[in-house]
Amino acid sequence: MQKLTRRATALAAVAGTGLVLAACGGSDSDGAGGAAELTISANAVSGGKNTEEAEWIEEWVIPRFEAAQAEAGVEVDVSFEPSGVDDEQFKTRLALDLQAGSGPDILTLDGIWVGEFAQAGYVEPLPGLDWEGWDHIPEAVAQLAAYEGELYGIPWGTDGRVLFYNKELFAEAGLPAEWQPGSWADVLDAAEALAGLDGVTPLQLNAGTAMGEATTMQGVLPLLAGTGEEIHDGQDWTGASPGLTRTLQLYEDVYGGGLGDPVLQQEAQGRDRSFEQFAAGELGILVEGDYFWRSVVNPEGGTAPMENRDDAVGWALIPAAEPGTGIAGQDFVSMSGGSVRAVNPASEDAELAYELLTFMNSAEAITAAVEGDARITARTDVNEQVLADDPMLSFVADEVLPLTTYRPPLAEYPQVSVLLQEAAGAVAAGDSSPADAARDYEEGLGEVAGGAD
Amino acid sequence: MPTDAAGLGRRRAAAFVAPALLLIAGFLVLPALWTVYLGATDYRLTGLAAAEPEFTGLDNVRRALDEDSFTHSLGLTLQFVVGSAVLGQAVLGFAIAWLLRGRRGVLRRLVEALVLLAWILPGSVVAFLWIALLDRNDGTLNGLLGTPGTAWLVEHPMASIIVFNIWRGTAFSMMLYAAALGTVSPTQLETARLAGASGWQQLRDVVFPAIRGHVLTNLLLISLWTFNDFTPFLLTGGGPSDETEIMPVFIYKTALFNGELGYGAALSVLMLLVNLVIALVYVRLLRQRARPAKAAERGAER
Amino acid sequence: MTPARAVRVVVRYTFVCAVLGFFTLPLLWLAFAPFDRDPSIAASLPQFTLHNFRELLDNEQALRSLRNSLVLAAGTGGIVVTLAAAAAYALSRVRLPGRDGLLYALLLLSSIVTGTAAMVPLFNLAYELDLIDSQLGVILVLSGGLLPSAIFILKDFTDTTPRSYEESARVFGASPLQIVAHIVVPLIRPGLATIAVWSVAQVWGNFLIPFLLLRSPEKSPAAVVMYTFYTEGGQPDLALISTFSLLYSLPVVVMFLFVSSRYGFRFHGGIKH
Repeated sequence: MQKLTRRATALAAVAGTGLVLAACGGSDSDGAGGAAELTISANAVSGGKNTEEAEWIEEWVIPRFEAAQAEAGVEVDVSFEPSGVDDEQFKTRLALDLQAGSGPDILTLDGIWVGEFAQAGYVEPLPGLDWEGWDHIPEAVAQLAAYEGELYGIPWGTDGRVLFYNKELFAEAGLPAEWQPGSWADVLDAAEALAGLDGVTPLQLNAGTAMGEATTMQGVLPLLAGTGEEIHDGQDWTGASPGLTRTLQLYEDVYGGGLGDPVLQQEAQGRDRSFEQFAAGELGILVEGDYFWRSVVNPEGGTAPMENRDDAVGWALIPAAEPGTGIAGQDFVSMSGGSVRAVNPASEDAELAYELLTFMNSAEAITAAVEGDARITARTDVNEQVLADDPMLSFVADEVLPLTTYRPPLAEYPQVSVLLQEAAGAVAAGDSSPADAARDYEEGLGEVAGGAD
Repeated sequence: MPTDAAGLGRRRAAAFVAPALLLIAGFLVLPALWTVYLGATDYRLTGLAAAEPEFTGLDNVRRALDEDSFTHSLGLTLQFVVGSAVLGQAVLGFAIAWLLRGRRGVLRRLVEALVLLAWILPGSVVAFLWIALLDRNDGTLNGLLGTPGTAWLVEHPMASIIVFNIWRGTAFSMMLYAAALGTVSPTQLETARLAGASGWQQLRDVVFPAIRGHVLTNLLLISLWTFNDFTPFLLTGGGPSDETEIMPVFIYKTALFNGELGYGAALSVLMLLVNLVIALVYVRLLRQRARPAKAAERGAER
Repeated sequence: MTPARAVRVVVRYTFVCAVLGFFTLPLLWLAFAPFDRDPSIAASLPQFTLHNFRELLDNEQALRSLRNSLVLAAGTGGIVVTLAAAAAYALSRVRLPGRDGLLYALLLLSSIVTGTAAMVPLFNLAYELDLIDSQLGVILVLSGGLLPSAIFILKDFTDTTPRSYEESARVFGASPLQIVAHIVVPLIRPGLATIAVWSVAQVWGNFLIPFLLLRSPEKSPAAVVMYTFYTEGGQPDLALISTFSLLYSLPVVVMFLFVSSRYGFRFHGGIKH
């Protein structure tokens, strides 16, 4: 139906605007004389957002792939389509491209989009699994690219959430330098101790919609996992479960008990502010992903650099509510996301595009990608090499990834996520009791799921 | 009433209008109607509903009217329009134009330039300026008022974006009223002044009747523009929670964050209907003016 | 000076000063932050440096994006001013059936197309017309959204210009086109200038349409590039953003100053019936 209406309306448009357009001509694309053309897109741009990824694609992937193909007698012209915008905007434009049957040959997706893109037919299952790389990608990480048992792309990077804490403040408050809480109560105890310090916010646990997905990923979901629950059980959204109420209760304990700053949660720049506070030694404990270590407090090029990061910043696993109450009976939990690259089914040369995809995910390519910008890749063989010098990232790769959880890859997830943010925000602001907020969440869930089906 | 002074003739007149209308037909009317159609489907940008959208008739409209978030958002938008456009921009714009009328020189140029600057700077830049101004810890405003720690955008979000939009959009009203005041006959004003009329009486009895048409043009345009203004999103993101989720922000979130394009389209059609009501009210007021003006007005007063 | 008059003068100047303060205050950050080595969100006197500018000039995207913005703004401004002026003049001088209703309807419809919900139709339209990644596509889409308001405002100008000039020129044998070019256009020049500045400012700030329709980085305008100065986690790089904001704002400010000194910058305004 959709194609049909598009054609019909477009015809009408052409008839209507024919005069104008005849005078102006169409877009200016020109073929490159017989060579196969491939395009890679990613939300990365040299000199801006994710600049290392953009530079890697432009300076490593493209020339080497073209050269390798030329050696094999194939002439191919690869280009990069950069962008540097919010993820939602990037996703929207990509989806617009794909629904029109166009778009880049190699797509870079947030793992959480795979399900909804697969449902819409924007990505298709991989042609086969006989690629050497799968031997080096752990089962759990591969799930980033999976939907209903099929692999739709190749994951290339992942991450994990931990508790970061300021060792200097811990020392001042008489807390240990090597700290690993075993339960939520332990975390609250430490926060209580930090509350005695002047001008220090003890704990930052993201809440509210202003923090966006950072509230869900660094707040509600890891806590919920600590009660042994997930928001979607494979069949249905779980709703106002005991675990959710318990999670929201922790928000009340933190923000009602003066252990966190409820106003900061509502500020549009609140998350940036919490980073600045942590770097300035005004914040004791922060739940964040390894991104915080790599790109925020990193003394080289971080947005809130800490000269003494390596000495002053400690990290610990996020504990379950109580030992053993975590998901799958775990003592500790985490949440992970990551990105995936896939081939556009509308690609004119899907086979060559798949070759490019595997080329981009070879151990050599991935190693080059994270050179000088160490981060956790999907490949264990690469992680062993590149993370060796970074204790924090090795910690995430070795200790966090085995016990982590991923979000349900469903089209309604973004809306459910907003509902969770609202619930946490309402409790943090003192507008709702945990039970009321959980009930509101379940009501909202009814509308979202109802609207989607 | 139009008279064809240059001898254009209907044919040539049609040729003058045609290019604009063709462009509008292709790039405005067609996509607008298409959006109306999308509003009657459950289309989404991704997921199952992207592959096979279904025609759902008025379901989206029903859902909007049932949902608190829509009525909430509409209420906020009306507050925003009345507060920032009708009361704020129009009144401030008129006040500036009135006080600077007939003046020349540096002061007037300076005021006009600053007011206009606020109007033409890009939205994303302006948003940063206001975030910096209203910042909780280091904001210029808190420094000036001696109110450190006041998070204006959190504690008074609606008031903040209303003041912001007054700052942003007063220029248009100021320019329009400056032009309008130029058409008020000075002799009439002088007569009123000699008859002992106060400043306020002069405004009420001489100026307002003379510029009523301008007032209505101004209110119509700034109301519509404010109704569709998305810039507050860059300041507050619609928050805290949904306290500044005016219609354009609500639609943006529905369409971009949730990918619910069918519902988003239905919302913008509803918004169009509200705009239509506003426009009709203004046009009605305008029509009244077209009747034998003074007599009708006196009659209405009694 | 009588006391009452003195009070009025004081009130007047107090008001003008308050207005000046209100409109200046938010601009302070733009004046200071770009020259600060390590700017924060606070507007404070900087430790003066041009470092941020140097860094930005090294970024090939930054200047190129301003050029692209110029192309889009000039193209859109040109189309909007020309087509709106022609249409507004004809609509004002010749009675076309359903004129007023049509204008109001178009004005209302423009609110749909300038909103987010119309992005699928606009995108697919551009796609079918092969206008993806074409600056022309962006110009046409933006022009379509701006034209109704422009016609509406310009028609006020043409309605209020005296017809006697046109009539006497006609008596002297000038053709209608000559009359339009030599008499009408000069008369409504402030209106044209105003519409030009208004439409350029609209295009200059528009992010969504160029973002959705353009692909090559070589064609991205400043409104899109502005968003690239954020990190992976969405944090703004204040040094680059404030500096770029200043560069990004300068062209519209220069244009405004030029137009206002050359043509005056004002409205005729008022719907005449």
